[in-house]
Parts: sequence; structure tokens; C-alpha cells
Amino acid sequence: MADSSARVVPTPTGAPLPLVGKSDTKPTWCPGCGDFGVVAAIEMAVKRLQIPSHNVVIVSGIGCSSNLPHFLSSYGFHGLHGRALPVAEGIRWANHGLTVIGTGGDGDGFGIGCGHFVHAMRRNVDLTYVTMDNQIYGLTTGQASPTSSMGQKTKSTPTGVIEQPVDPVALALASGATYVARGFSGDVKQLADLVAGGIQHKGFAFVDVFSPCVTYNKINTFDFFRQRVYKLESAGHDPTNRALEFERSLEWGDKIPIGLFYKADRPTYEDLEEVLSAGPLVHQKAGIEGRTDVLDEFV
Amino acid sequence: MTDLSVRTGGQAGDGIASVGETIARCFSRMGLHVFGLNAYQSVIRGGHVWYQARTGTGRPRCQGDGLDVLYALDKQTVDVHAPGLRQGGTVVFDPEKFAVSPSELPAGVTALPVPTLEFARKHTSQSILQNAGGIGATAFLAGIPLDLLHQVLADSFGRKAGDVVAWNLAASGDGYHFAETHASVNAHAVQKAGAPKLLMTGNQAIALGAAAAGCKFLAQYPMTPASGVLHWLAAHAQTLGIVVKQAEDEIAAINMAIGASFGGVRAMTATSGGGFSLMVEAMGLAGMTETPLVVVESQRAGPSTGLPTKTEQGDLNMMLGAGQGEFPRAVLAPTDAAEAFHMTIRAFELAEAYQTPVLVASDLHLSESHFTVDREEVPLTYTPASLLNVAPNGHDYLRYQYTESGVSPRAAPGQPGLQFIAGSDEHDEKGHLISDVRSGIPKWVTERSRMMEKRMRKRHGLLTDAQPPVVEGPSDAPLTFVAWGSTVGAVRDAMAVLAAQGKSTNLLYFPTVFPLDADRVTSTLRATHRTLLVEANFTGQFGHLLRAETGVHLSERLLKYDGEPFYPHEIVARGLEVLNHGGQ
Repeated sequence: MADSSARVVPTPTGAPLPLVGKSDTKPTWCPGCGDFGVVAAIEMAVKRLQIPSHNVVIVSGIGCSSNLPHFLSSYGFHGLHGRALPVAEGIRWANHGLTVIGTGGDGDGFGIGCGHFVHAMRRNVDLTYVTMDNQIYGLTTGQASPTSSMGQKTKSTPTGVIEQPVDPVALALASGATYVARGFSGDVKQLADLVAGGIQHKGFAFVDVFSPCVTYNKINTFDFFRQRVYKLESAGHDPTNRALEFERSLEWGDKIPIGLFYKADRPTYEDLEEVLSAGPLVHQKAGIEGRTDVLDEFV
Repeated sequence: MTDLSVRTGGQAGDGIASVGETIARCFSRMGLHVFGLNAYQSVIRGGHVWYQARTGTGRPRCQGDGLDVLYALDKQTVDVHAPGLRQGGTVVFDPEKFAVSPSELPAGVTALPVPTLEFARKHTSQSILQNAGGIGATAFLAGIPLDLLHQVLADSFGRKAGDVVAWNLAASGDGYHFAETHASVNAHAVQKAGAPKLLMTGNQAIALGAAAAGCKFLAQYPMTPASGVLHWLAAHAQTLGIVVKQAEDEIAAINMAIGASFGGVRAMTATSGGGFSLMVEAMGLAGMTETPLVVVESQRAGPSTGLPTKTEQGDLNMMLGAGQGEFPRAVLAPTDAAEAFHMTIRAFELAEAYQTPVLVASDLHLSESHFTVDREEVPLTYTPASLLNVAPNGHDYLRYQYTESGVSPRAAPGQPGLQFIAGSDEHDEKGHLISDVRSGIPKWVTERSRMMEKRMRKRHGLLTDAQPPVVEGPSDAPLTFVAWGSTVGAVRDAMAVLAAQGKSTNLLYFPTVFPLDADRVTSTLRATHRTLLVEANFTGQFGHLLRAETGVHLSERLLKYDGEPFYPHEIVARGLEVLNHGGQ
């Protein structure tokens, strides 16, 4: 992953192939939706890394934010609710020459898909997972999500949420992700840095993004976050101590940290899967024609 | 025609399957066909388990009805199985463990007390050797040459310490010679018949077929009786270049396989009914995104957790209907190991040709029983075709282009200039959603219908390419058995029994249970005299399918839902009933 220039496939004339840009589909998100900042940040990040669009796959689940792959000119897979990560992992293992980016929401990733989230991280699959965390179910018109705050009143919790919210950053740290960051869609520049860092990182990169829902979440608004977020890098933060990061991840209230929490070097799943040492699976020989030795063991 | 069955029984943990497989392998090395039934329980230690190796001069298609040699490691085995011994049969046991009195045995059956523990103690005080003497005595009774038994044992112990191998050879030799001195070979004992045959389970045949088909990726969650597919491919992953992933659950497994297939390799998942229940939503994802996918569904007795180690054909309805909405699919149902090998290859071909999920319907009886195949029956001559049918740098590429066949050009990520979105939402030819701001708008209402019709047109091709129903036996037979999947084995054996009684019958079976060519099946069914539907489920699910497709109701049925496989005598008895008392 480190050498992104190696991914620019020259055309026969030597000119580089097109980079990821906007597709001809306009986003259908509500005006002012936080997700606009996220799609802009992803576009900036892959452009900056000069990865041609045909080598990028964006994989999502279902929900407002999961429509994101349609708005960029890369390959995309818009799958089932909660199942973006297993599809993304399958794509990586079929062709680990590709840059695979998972996108989705908090309900998708931390509710129905939470099991896959934990397992993808402990495997340290080399992909980047960007969640647009708006702490509400938007596409189903405003029910509580796994990250909704205690006491938050929603259509499904008219007297207030009575469950502790999932802390995605703490969960990622506990589960073995090797790049853990939190961004804010109100700061596209920093978010693009975090996503680019995640793509360059060798291993599972998780970027949780405060991406406010302007329609159904009147609590966790742009203003709410603007007043509270501060940047870890400007606080002189050292992202290598997992135990300290864990403490930092629990910080929530008047001050909420954003930026890179943690980064570590650990072999990726693809590094450890011996079959992939022969190159991307998609380019390997298929079939066992002539391998009669395989039959000998049945004698 | 000689027919010999050797059964070994005891508690889980006694090494019953290993004894049974050793005997089965001796037969297959003698060039004989074998059917090996591994009957076990959902316990790791204790309980009662048994393995039966059936062989003979013919080709046994199931465990059969006879029993000639019973090697009993505990008293319960004698109590349960001795009544089934044929005239001339023998019970092998160790009198140091328990006693067997002649009054407990059917007439004409002999007890052969073999001091297996004493033979073992000559070498070690550990219990690991206790089966060796019993295997030796059993092998002698079955007609297995001692040097062949020793070869098979040495091969199976190959990786272990030298002493253990030597002890086993010595102790099994002691048992063999003891039997030679104190008993005579069984009247059905077999002789070497030719070149060794291959001995494999249905699961191994499926796994081998997948590898031959060019499968490069398997994701699976362990579940009996499908786990054998995972085990074989995991053991061969590195030598064959296949990525094998044990997923966190079946939902992940099928989505990973879909991801890998979308990524450009042949991919598969395997499970049993419980796991397949979890995969249902993703079946539709493969259908909607037109991603080729092979799913092996090895049924066990349900519902719910059911009988995890027992067989049934109760998931057919689920396989036919799995997934919300409608999309093309095929369900292939192999009847034995050789067919499992070929049908798995076929499943990959169909999945790829029609870019849709294809199921291989197995069950515990097929997946976990041992079958023999000749090398020529599983030729490794298949060359997987190139996967993608679109050239790079195509212009105005439409991933979901409307075509006459319904099959659209397929690209994979990494191919320049062909970027598209595969969507689980309804989409247009480019893959763009028509589910949100376009839904309900007249132009897009029409497009939805057109896209639906495009996908569903693939059914015609699937039907044309599907293997048609097969009629085995005389076409004008007064009785036609109708069956699918592993049940066909017992039906074939029953037909041989009936033929020996001068009763002519034939078999109509369905290598492809779905889709069915309704006209063709209707005329085939109408051409029969009397029919007997044989299925291992309560409601006759395949009978319902036939009725739905053809209007023909098969009223005579032999349905079994006790978790046990069909025995030929059950089919013979019901077949005679229908022959003698009417039916359709």
C-alpha cells in the first residue's frame, strides 16, 4: 500500500488512466447532509494518492450514506444492509491489487453489521472503512441507532434511548484495527487527510466520521460538533500507545477529540495468507487440470 | 453376485470411523466398489456410533440391508446390531470387555471372542492399540489379505511414530491369525478384483469438483454435515492455490464469496440448512447484482437444529424459494460422489454463464458417506474458461445491458474504463439506482419491468442447459420410482432386488431438480404406468414441485423423516405394495 505511484496504470500512450472523480449521478442526500463532506473527502484522498479509478472499489451496505459509491467514478458494490465489510474482504482477497474502501452508516456498521466490523478488524484486512456516523437511522425516517445518545428521543424511542451507545473508536481499538481515526464532515480537509492516511496504511483503517443528519437528529448537529471537537494532532497526541488511546477514545462531552487516535504496524491478513503470496488470486491459474497426484490420496 | 457388509460399532471416541474406513479402504484397494455409512451422534465421547462398509462384486449404491461381520467394541453394539446379522454371520468382540451368549444371536450366527486387549498389552499399556486385533480378525472374515490390511494401516499411520505403526501391524496380525485358527471366512467374503478404486465422501467429491472447476475462493462457517467441504479445501488450499476462509458466520461467508466473485474469481460457500437460512438474503444479492455464486447446501434433519448428524431432504422448498423477490437460480442434486464431482463443476459453469446463484443440493447421506469411484470417473481434464466476457477499454460499457439471453457483459474491478456499480437496489443498465428519486416515475417504472425481464430471461438458458431428468431401467416397466439426490442410491439397490424377484421397475430421477422442463417432465410422467415418489421428508416437497410444474399428482409416496437413510428393503416393500394394489 505504501507505494501508491505503482498503482497508476499507464495507458498505451503513456498517459495515466483517469483518477476517481464525480460520477454522472448526483447525490440524493438532503441539502446540508454531512455525507456531502465525506464523499468530497474520499474523492480528494484517492485523487491525492493518484490511484486510477479502475483500481478503486467502494463497497457499501444500505442506508443514506451507503448510496455513496454511486456518486464517484470508481468501481462500486452497493450490497446488503450491514454486509459491506464481508463483501469488501472478499474483493480484497480476490484481488489485493485493488484499493478497497468500505463506506456506510452507524446503523449499518455498528448495529446489524457489528459482528463483521469486529472480525474484519481482528483480521487486519488491508482496507479502509469510513462510517458516516449520524447517530440516527435516516433512510427509515428517524429511529434510534446504536450510537444514539442515552435519553435521545426518536420515533422508536419516544421516551428516550435507554441503552448505552456503542463507542466505535473504542470498539475498533479493542478489536485490533491498526489505524483508528475520527473525523468530522464539517472539516473536509482534515477528513481527506485521515482517509488518505487510512488508504496508505497497511492494514485495517477505520475512520469514524461525525456526519450530521440535518433532518432527523436535532441534537448531534454541525453546531453541536463545531463547539466541541478539537484536533488530536494539535494537542500533541502520540498515536502509538493503545492503552492511552483507549482512554482518549472515551473522552466525550464538552470536548470531543477528532484526528488519528492510533496507528500500528501488524501484518495484514493478505500478508499472512500464503496463497496470496503468489500474487492477486484473480491473476493466478484456476483449476487443477492434470493434477492426478490429488487423486492419489483417495486410493 | 456377492454382497458383503462389515459393521463396526462402539462409543464415540473409540475410533469407530477410523476402523470402518480402514476396512472400506481395504476393499477399495482390492478394486471393489464400496459404500461406507458413518452413523454417528452429536456427541464427541460416549453414545453409540457405527460404521458400515458394504462391498461385493457389484456396485453398492447405499448401505444395503444385509450384515455379515459385526465388530462390537461394546455390548450395546451387540444388542442393537446383532439381530440384523445374516445366516453365516459373525460377531467379533473381546471377552475381556463383555460376554456374548449364543442365545443373543440369530440362528446361524457365530460369536468370535478375540483377545484384542491381550494382543495390545504385548506392546503397550495404552488403550490406543485395542482396535488393531479386532480389525485383523474382521479383515480375515471379510476376505481381506493380511498384507493389504498392513499396507492400509501403515499408510494411515504414516505420520505417527514408528513404534505405533509396528505395534498396530503386529496386533492386527495377531487378530488376523487368531481368526484364521478359530473361524472360517464369511461365505460372502470378497477377493481382489482389479486396480484400486478411489474412496471419497460426497463432501470430498464436491470439494474436488470445485477445485477442478477453478474455484479460487471458499468462505464457509462450520456446520455438520457440510464441514467436510471446508476441511478438504482447507487442507489443500496451499497446494491448489485456493483461498479458504472460515468466516465469522454464514452471512459473512456468502457475502465474502459474492465479493470474491465480483472481484473476478470463481467462489463458493457451503453450509447446511441452518446456515443456509442465514444466507437467504444474500442469495437475492447474488441474483440482483448478477454475481455468479455456487452454494452447497448439505441438508440434515430439521427443523431448527433438528438432528445435526442425521439425514433428510427437507430443505428443498427453502432452496427453491430462498430470497425475497424473484431471480433466476438452479438447484442441482447429485446422487453419488462421481455425480457430486461433475455437478459441482456444472454448478460453476451455470453460475458463470448466467451470472446467478446455483445450488448444489446435498444431504448428510451423500456428504458424509464413502463412495468408490474409478479414476476415469473423476478426470482432472477440465480447463476453466476465462472468467470475464468483456474486453478492457470498452466504450459506453453497460454492465446490465439488455440482451436477448438476459446475460450482460461482465467486467471486474481492475479493468480500466469499465467501472460500474453493482447494486442490490433495482438499477438501470449502467447500474444506477432506480429505487430512489426515479422510482414510480413512468419511464423508470418501465425500466424496472425491462430489467426484471432481462434477469428472468436467463431462466430460458438455464433450462436449456440444465441436465434433463433421467429414466433408468426398462421404459415400459409397470412401476416407476421418482426420486432425487442421495435417495436415488437406495432406489437403485431396491430395483436390483426387485429385478432379482422378476419385478421390472424403472427410475425417474432429476439431476437438476430446478428448473424443470414442464412439458418434458409432464410427458415423461404421463408415460409411466404406476409411480412411487421416494423422498426423505414429511410433505413430499419434490412431489409438490412436480405437481406445481406439471399438474401431475404422485399420490403413492414413500416418505421418511426419521433421520435415517432409506434402506432398500423399505423401498422394495412399498414398491411391491404399489405394484400389487394399484396406485396411479
